Amino acid sequence: MAFVNLKKREVQVKIVYYGPGRGGKTTNLEYIYGKFNDRIQTEMVTVKTHGDRTLFFDFLPIDIGKINGYTAKMQLYTVPGQVKYNATRRLVLRGVDGIVFVADSMAVRREKNILSLKNLHENLKNYKKSIFSIPLVFQYNKVDLAEQGIPILPFATMEKDLNSQLKRPAFEASAVTGTNVVSTLKKIITMTMSSIKDELK
Amino acid sequence: MSYTLGQQQLDNIDEILQTDLIDIGVHCVFLIDMSGNIIASLDDGENKHDIYSLAALAAGNFGAVSAMAKIVGEGEFSLLFHKGKKENIHFSKVLTEFLLITLFGNDLSLGFLRLKVAESVEKIKKILEPIHTP
Repeated sequence: MAFVNLKKREVQVKIVYYGPGRGGKTTNLEYIYGKFNDRIQTEMVTVKTHGDRTLFFDFLPIDIGKINGYTAKMQLYTVPGQVKYNATRRLVLRGVDGIVFVADSMAVRREKNILSLKNLHENLKNYKKSIFSIPLVFQYNKVDLAEQGIPILPFATMEKDLNSQLKRPAFEASAVTGTNVVSTLKKIITMTMSSIKDELK
Repeated sequence: MSYTLGQQQLDNIDEILQTDLIDIGVHCVFLIDMSGNIIASLDDGENKHDIYSLAALAAGNFGAVSAMAKIVGEGEFSLLFHKGKKENIHFSKVLTEFLLITLFGNDLSLGFLRLKVAESVEKIKKILEPIHTP
């Protein structure tokens, strides 16, 4: 639920990185944190377990400058990907304005991607939101693993599995090296801001 | 979905927070929505915190405690308060979508704070009611 502050001429928008466990959601945020250090005034907040897995969420606020005369503040969140943490995952989705679905391109994770997308669909319904109307971008992560001989699903297969009905923008990416991390972020920001542009007049 | 608050509404909220809470000795107070967005924030000039991170964590924390309440058969835990050595945090729900968070030191009693928070919540409700979506 984006909030438009007419007094400060500021808009706050919530973007959530969703996807299966160990897919690279936190790595996306860590890359963005490193890359845009000058625009981020705070530390990245992470609530994780001892095993370094996300327990609740990661949080990164980032200023992207002015849009239509409004200072745009993007609040980036990740959800915990592990199946057992659905209750906390649902909490993070509350008031979401835009979603990046980080899928794992490794062939062995094919089913996990599909289950996670179904889970996103269910959790959005819980907030009376539809996966068909909310701004959404797909990121097929870990394509760099192909160089190490690890079996990776081709782009067409990922599209068929996840995006055949939704038909949203999709990027092949490597969160570790940073390939297409920024392109994904730019795309979701553009889509989300355009969905609330009527409020910014 | 999004919502907008104008200059007048935000000025009124600031005034309530200033006179009811900051003026009685509260260190820092902020009004957020359940998504973690900050609607208003004030401090006493001496105690600065990273309120964006605090807001995100507070919204998550409040959501987690509400979910726990439902599991044990409570509609909601009415008092949500964290006690520290020097700094304490008090949470109060405003309508269904907003949260008032107050940081205060040990020089202020919890009872008095709760009374003043309850007063300001009633006033803020009147301002937020029109944009409130149940």
